[in-house]
Amino acid sequence: MDRILDIPHPLQTNALPARLRRLEADSIAIFREVAAEFRKPVLLYSVGKDSAVLLHLAIKAFRPGRLPFSVLHVDTGWKFREMYEFRDATARRLGLDLIVHVNADGAARGIDPFRSGSALHTQVMKTEGLKQALDMHGFDAAFGGARRDEEKSRAKERVLSFRSAGHGWDPRNQRPELWRLFNTRIRQGESVRAFPLSDWTELDVWDYIRAEDIPVVPLYFAKERPVVRRSGTWIMVDDDRMPFEPGEAPELRKVRFRTLGCWPLSGAVESEAETLDAIITEMRSASTSEREGRLIDSDEAASMEKKKREGYF
Amino acid sequence: MAGSDAGLLRFLTCGSVDDGKSTLIGRLLHDTRHVMEDQFRSLETDSRRHGTTGEDVDLALLVDGLEAEREQGITIDVAHRYFATPRRAFIVADTPGHEQYTRNMATGASEADLAIILVDARKGVLTQTRRHATICALLGIRRIVLAVNKIDLMEYDEALFNRITAEFSAFAEKIGLGEVVAIPVSARYGDNVVERSHAMAWYEGPTLLEHLETVDVQSDLATRPFRLSVQWVSRPHADFRGFAGSVATGSIRVGDEIAILPAGRTTHVDRILGPDGELDEAHAGDAVTITLQTETDASRGDLIVHARERPAVADQFAARLVWMTDEPLLPGRGYLMRIGDRWVPASVTALKYRLDVDSQEHLAARGLGLNEIGEVNIAAGAPVAFDSYADNRATGGFILVDRFTNTTAAAGMILHPLRRATNIHHEAPSVEKAARAAAKGQQPTCIWFTGLSGSGKSTIAKALEAKLHASGKHTMMLDGDNLRHGLNRDLGFTDADRVENIRRVGETAKLMTEAGLIVLCSFISPFRAERDMVRAMFPEGEFFEVFVDTPLEDCIKRDPKGLYAKAMRGEIPNFTGISSPYERPEFPDLRLDAVKGPPQDAAETALKLLADAGRLAAASA
Repeated sequence: MDRILDIPHPLQTNALPARLRRLEADSIAIFREVAAEFRKPVLLYSVGKDSAVLLHLAIKAFRPGRLPFSVLHVDTGWKFREMYEFRDATARRLGLDLIVHVNADGAARGIDPFRSGSALHTQVMKTEGLKQALDMHGFDAAFGGARRDEEKSRAKERVLSFRSAGHGWDPRNQRPELWRLFNTRIRQGESVRAFPLSDWTELDVWDYIRAEDIPVVPLYFAKERPVVRRSGTWIMVDDDRMPFEPGEAPELRKVRFRTLGCWPLSGAVESEAETLDAIITEMRSASTSEREGRLIDSDEAASMEKKKREGYF
Repeated sequence: MAGSDAGLLRFLTCGSVDDGKSTLIGRLLHDTRHVMEDQFRSLETDSRRHGTTGEDVDLALLVDGLEAEREQGITIDVAHRYFATPRRAFIVADTPGHEQYTRNMATGASEADLAIILVDARKGVLTQTRRHATICALLGIRRIVLAVNKIDLMEYDEALFNRITAEFSAFAEKIGLGEVVAIPVSARYGDNVVERSHAMAWYEGPTLLEHLETVDVQSDLATRPFRLSVQWVSRPHADFRGFAGSVATGSIRVGDEIAILPAGRTTHVDRILGPDGELDEAHAGDAVTITLQTETDASRGDLIVHARERPAVADQFAARLVWMTDEPLLPGRGYLMRIGDRWVPASVTALKYRLDVDSQEHLAARGLGLNEIGEVNIAAGAPVAFDSYADNRATGGFILVDRFTNTTAAAGMILHPLRRATNIHHEAPSVEKAARAAAKGQQPTCIWFTGLSGSGKSTIAKALEAKLHASGKHTMMLDGDNLRHGLNRDLGFTDADRVENIRRVGETAKLMTEAGLIVLCSFISPFRAERDMVRAMFPEGEFFEVFVDTPLEDCIKRDPKGLYAKAMRGEIPNFTGISSPYERPEFPDLRLDAVKGPPQDAAETALKLLADAGRLAAASA
């Protein structure tokens, strides 16, 4: 507590550019809004760069007070080892009340991204796992790091996205959001997903990480890693669960990740970017979107919308 | 690529369906190189499946992200898109053109600095164009671009462009819309969007992007009076009590004298904490936490202002509404109002007119339907602090929410306070309600019978009144027969009139309980909202809802007044059960199955309910 109460003098911090300061202030307002209006909010922490920014903003929103909610990681059992290490270090460093939930039933059924396929794995371990955790703890609002610039159906999302008692999203019947006057009225069992980073772009996220010196998982930086070529992208062999094709063997390549998820489903890109500055420079000249590395989005047409209707974030 | 310091421009595209809004945004994104290779590849696949542009790539599919939108080739909901040029960063809201999704368009407009209104050059200015222009004006968007699209299909005709521009400008002036800049474009081929058109040498103005990059939207939020709505009270330990919120307008410095509204207590600012630490001052847009020099009570929803620049504080005001739900606005019905960070009960006390968006005429109306616009008087359940919307979007806008479905029913923009509210002082009575009740040796109570016409509710109510009277109680019976012929004879049977009818009955019954009476009310009262509104008029425990649950078939069979027969012949419009709904009570205090026994038995059951609740004992004053 004393550490949090130690309020720095403004001269000691670098002034943010106007645009980032505005995004920061707007996100903070969303955190305060949801914390005040809902009975039991939770912050969904997925260990990636967006989550890192989300957490950083949440702490700022309530300073000098403590974070007034828990942090939830829905674990699929297939995250990169470096993500688990980073997650636990972050929880210790910030004194978080971290809840880790694994869909035990799915794990017992042996669901895995290789044999079950990415669609079933995501459905059971991520979507079902998330719903289980929300229901089990009775959370009525969940903060997520989704941004509208990520994907077409995300672009249709509200800042406060209403979910039915079964966690379903009805894109045709979303509540109008006028000014910043959110309609937060829900009934027993219903919930909202809150997206404080709605108006941020991928570049804003990196610019902010650099300006605020926010720690991120080292996987975002280029380094020689053991990879194999699958479906036109590089898959890193993170542990011994990788089933190799006949004649297939990992090779060392200098790669980095633009987005992180389950390691068998996260495509790496070849890159020389070892620093934040290099990442930002690389991104300004990028010709593909960050989600290209996500194998789960291209499973079927309009697949993100379909997953969201079923309760995915 | 990241243009930032020229600031950020939020704009929306609107206009009628098929005028090319999504295509225009797709074109802007594509020509400013914001469409990545993988996105373009999936766009090519999508175009073959859903495209409406033949062999060409359909740029609209870049923004129409929902499956239903792609299938139907229309925009249903607002999509937000982000792009930047070296000069400026942009947030675009692409809003639907169909009338049924007008509320989504209003959503996109509420925070926009500028609106691009598209017109199809072949069709000219349509009703929906006028509707969207009207909403832009209502929501206070001061900068408008009229994009005359599909000009390629009209041979890049200058005279046509001038005719459409003149027609729109005349309308814009009538509705008080700000400055209009007209640009002839072809979103499909890109003329005058990012690249200057070679086919329209006659057009000498800026391209759309040039205009967006340079238009001055310098906001004057910083120079307006200081307003901060308390979002969160921060009490990490006994020595710290901070009020967290964002500065909506104006600025504040340490030491400034402030007032906390609506209560009006004044004190001085002690410290201002920003996201990175102590500040000497804070400005519009900043998220801060403020501490005060004296221990002062404030809670979420209070408005902190400079002591010398106060907004209005009132419980009644005039406002414009955009109605956003299928269930129509009914004057008198209770809603929840969100204004700033407060929720208060509110109702519309008068509907002054409905606006015809085409002619801008003010039409007399008894209600507002989906997407209709009107001017109303609003009564809030408690005094609230506000500015007029024209002065301050943040403190002059509100929403109304349906109490039962939680649907956002309306967007509201405050015009001005109604001084009447402050001029009616409640006269402190010299004889208290309890004393009047004690003089009668009873406890004032309201028993409300609801049910279909012919359900037997009046018969049971009369039987109950007779029993109460026989035991020496002072009673009064209110029903359609004694109120519809007098007090309420100006009311008919439309939904709006039914609401007003019940409101007046409730107020009358309340006055009678204040006189110490036991009041029995027998009214169909078909809507849950009004029954609950009446319940809310009485102190806890003084009101009993009795549901006379006779099935419709039995009521039709009985038909004591021959009304069902007439209604079924279509001779009585809006007849409950036949052509107008009856909403069954979910949690009545008593449900009577009138078919089962004689009215005397039902009355006895009701009497027992009152006795069990302790209402028949002598007053305890």
